[in-house]
Amino acid sequence: MADIEKDSHHIIRYPKLVMVWVFLLLLTGLTVWVSRLDLGVLHVWGSLAIAVMKAFLVIAFFMHMRYEGRLLRGLLLLTLVTLAIFIGFTFFDLSYR
Amino acid sequence: MIRKMEKEYAGAKLGIWLFLFTEILLFGGLFLLYATYLSSYPREFAIAGREMHLGFGTANTILLITSSLFAAMSVTAVQQGEIRKVLNLLGATIICAMIFLVNKYFEWSSEIGHGFYPDSPRFSAGPIGEALFFSLYYLTTGLHGFHVLAGVGLLTVVALKVRRGAIHAGDYVLLENSALYWHLVDLIWIFIFPLYYLVL
Amino acid sequence: MNSSNHPTLPLTSFWNDTGKCGVSAWVFSTDHKRIGLLYLYSVLISFLVAVLIGLLLKIELMAPGRTIMGPVTYNALFTVHGVLMIFLFIIPGFPGVFGNLVMPIQIGASDVAFPRLNLLSWWLYITGALTIVLSLFTGGGPPDTGWTFYVPFSVRTGTNVSLAVIGVFIVGFSSILTGINFVTTIHRLRADGMAWGRLPLFVWSIYATAWIQILATPVLGITLLLVVAERLLGTGLFDPSRGGDPIMFQHLFWIYSHPAVYIMILPGMGIVSEIFPVFARKPIFGYKMIAFSSLAIAGAGSLVWAHHMFTSGISDMAVLVFSFLTFVVAIPSAIKVFNWVSTLYKGSISLEAPMLFALSFIMLFSIGGLTGLVQGAAATNIHIHDTQFVVGHFHYVIFGGAGFAFFSAMHYWLPKFFGRTYSEKPAMISWGLMFAGFNLTYFPMIILGMKGMPRRYYDYLPEFAPLNLISTIGSWILAAGLAIMMINLFMGLLKGRPFGSNPWGGATLEWTTPSPPPTENFDEEPVVTHGPYDFNRAGVP
Ligand code: HEM
Ligand SMILES: [Cu+2]
Repeated sequence: MADIEKDSHHIIRYPKLVMVWVFLLLLTGLTVWVSRLDLGVLHVWGSLAIAVMKAFLVIAFFMHMRYEGRLLRGLLLLTLVTLAIFIGFTFFDLSYR
Repeated sequence: MIRKMEKEYAGAKLGIWLFLFTEILLFGGLFLLYATYLSSYPREFAIAGREMHLGFGTANTILLITSSLFAAMSVTAVQQGEIRKVLNLLGATIICAMIFLVNKYFEWSSEIGHGFYPDSPRFSAGPIGEALFFSLYYLTTGLHGFHVLAGVGLLTVVALKVRRGAIHAGDYVLLENSALYWHLVDLIWIFIFPLYYLVL
Repeated sequence: MNSSNHPTLPLTSFWNDTGKCGVSAWVFSTDHKRIGLLYLYSVLISFLVAVLIGLLLKIELMAPGRTIMGPVTYNALFTVHGVLMIFLFIIPGFPGVFGNLVMPIQIGASDVAFPRLNLLSWWLYITGALTIVLSLFTGGGPPDTGWTFYVPFSVRTGTNVSLAVIGVFIVGFSSILTGINFVTTIHRLRADGMAWGRLPLFVWSIYATAWIQILATPVLGITLLLVVAERLLGTGLFDPSRGGDPIMFQHLFWIYSHPAVYIMILPGMGIVSEIFPVFARKPIFGYKMIAFSSLAIAGAGSLVWAHHMFTSGISDMAVLVFSFLTFVVAIPSAIKVFNWVSTLYKGSISLEAPMLFALSFIMLFSIGGLTGLVQGAAATNIHIHDTQFVVGHFHYVIFGGAGFAFFSAMHYWLPKFFGRTYSEKPAMISWGLMFAGFNLTYFPMIILGMKGMPRRYYDYLPEFAPLNLISTIGSWILAAGLAIMMINLFMGLLKGRPFGSNPWGGATLEWTTPSPPPTENFDEEPVVTHGPYDFNRAGVP
């Protein structure tokens, strides 16, 4: 039954968690700062890119995904791809009306 | 016997992740609507977005990220058998969550006070896209706030169980799964924050 | 529903051995078999009520003009018929009944991964069902929107849409929890030796179904909440006068509801894949392709939702893309049909009740599937959209397909759990009546639709009268068949002759355990050494 846990009882030490937190705060600062610049549409994509980075940190470390097996990562990917398709395919309608 | 425990642990972990997937798709529907209406009304969304209180938004972002840190640390603590610390960390997480909700209350009151709410006279008169922005904003943050509330309840139950000794270094999957749920609440906010407070 | 029905059953069976037999020993039981039977009774009640309503609808359509009801009643009744059939019968039916009863045993487990969550699912189902029933008698009366709850009508109508929608939301939550439970069970609780390549095809289909339940149902949930918000708060998200887009409701609704038709049909496909090898005495042809096509249907089926919206004003580009993708889904469905037919080829076929239902599944499902392609093609869709053609089509798929598979499974598996069985003769007669009645009821609808008779109207032009009369008479034959089947089945299950552990000669694990199975399913933990259709190595002739 090794398909699920590579090392699920992995202990992440406090300093590492705090480091992640510091990065998250820095990214929050960055995204607020970027939003003050005048970038036009790039705003949307820029802010989303930063949000994705933050999400990645939370999932990988706070949620221990880095230490999980292939199964959970694959299923998470499946979910995100599904959501992306639901949103993306709707734009086959909206973008060409 | 040990093998059976392992099995149940891994099963519970898979189960909670599947549940989190359903939460992602639940909010996904709202994000889909946001995307469509943003593409239809970019200018109105920009104007409406500037009415938002960046201060409240940023403070709440920091609060949730910090509470997430505490939740993550509480898992480390229970793994190392530091029960006192677990209780303190869970307490800190819950307090952050409560402050978040109080902030939210003041923020909503102020916005509603300014006449930003669905069906308000101000919106019936104004350009149509702005009202959509606020409708989506209230629905999304409302649903999110409801999840924060549920998280507070869940973490409280977990804390009580830790104190009773039902959760300990040998069996902490409930704590771990509750922390996962809490991180998800944080994750959703990580996307709500730029979309509603910053994008435009 | 208590052990006194079974004075002669072995004390170790799951009916007796807890020593408790009152109602509370059932409605609070976490045994997957007891929960499966609870689901059986609940979904059958919904089904029978909805059938009665369907018959009333058909009587109204017997002749032009008002026959027994006016438009308002008709609107309410087809809505309630659709809601009961879809949300309370066919979607929860397969996972709830046969997923629960059979799947854990087929993988060699003693229960599902989260037994208490399983019980909660049933309670949520009941809560949702009661909420829907309550919505019929309170507020502005039964909803009259059709089961699709389309805006703007669902936001404006004075009927009790809000409560009905909340009921459906609760049932959806139940469905999500079942999905989570089953995916976890299939990943974690397979017996030693039960490799993925040895999973019975029914388990594969339940697995694919569970993923749809997990990934698609939340989207329905949020959509329904938005309808309630529109009604109660006036959020305006779907109101064009305030910038909203009613078509977005349709997108959200069908993002769930198209994949949901695979929640209805995939388990049915899994069931006939179990039955053909057993009743043809031949290993299944193309095991891997059938298993794979279940996943392919679940995946590709999530990409086609807008084919319900060709006439709604979506972009031409979207029509093109979604029409193309709809044809792509036909491929894995056809793969299954060809593999079933190849399994039957040169088999020594025995035509017993489960097999008859399964064989008619192929035919009725094929008619349903092919008429589906007529609607998937953008041009023909315009002609038949919102006509009786559509009603004929989906009854062929969900009633002729999924429904007949459900009846097949009832004849095949229920004796296993009751330890007694029905008589063969009436079962065959009931099948014959249902099959004839079914085609007589629904084939005329397909023709009527092509001639232009719209759906969801209590009245029609006189030129449609003859075919409608035939259809109504067909519905009576169908109903007679259904009645005989239910009576024969349940009389047999409760009082019939005893049913041994493996009378059909199946090679899957449920046939290695006594009928009815013990609480823990197996007397000793099974170790799997052969595939699910390897009759030689299973030692059945
Ligand atoms: C004896 C059995 C049945 C009869 C006589 C029957 C009859 C009908 C009739 C007359 C309509 C309305 C047509 C119209 O005017 O638009 C209808 C609609 C419908 N039926 Fe059935 N039906 C039966 C079984 C089923 C089953 C087994 C299912 C699904 C599992 C089902 C699902 C539906 C749905 C979803 C609708 C659409 C409701 C709507 O328009 O919102 N029916 N049926
Ligand atoms: Cu469809």
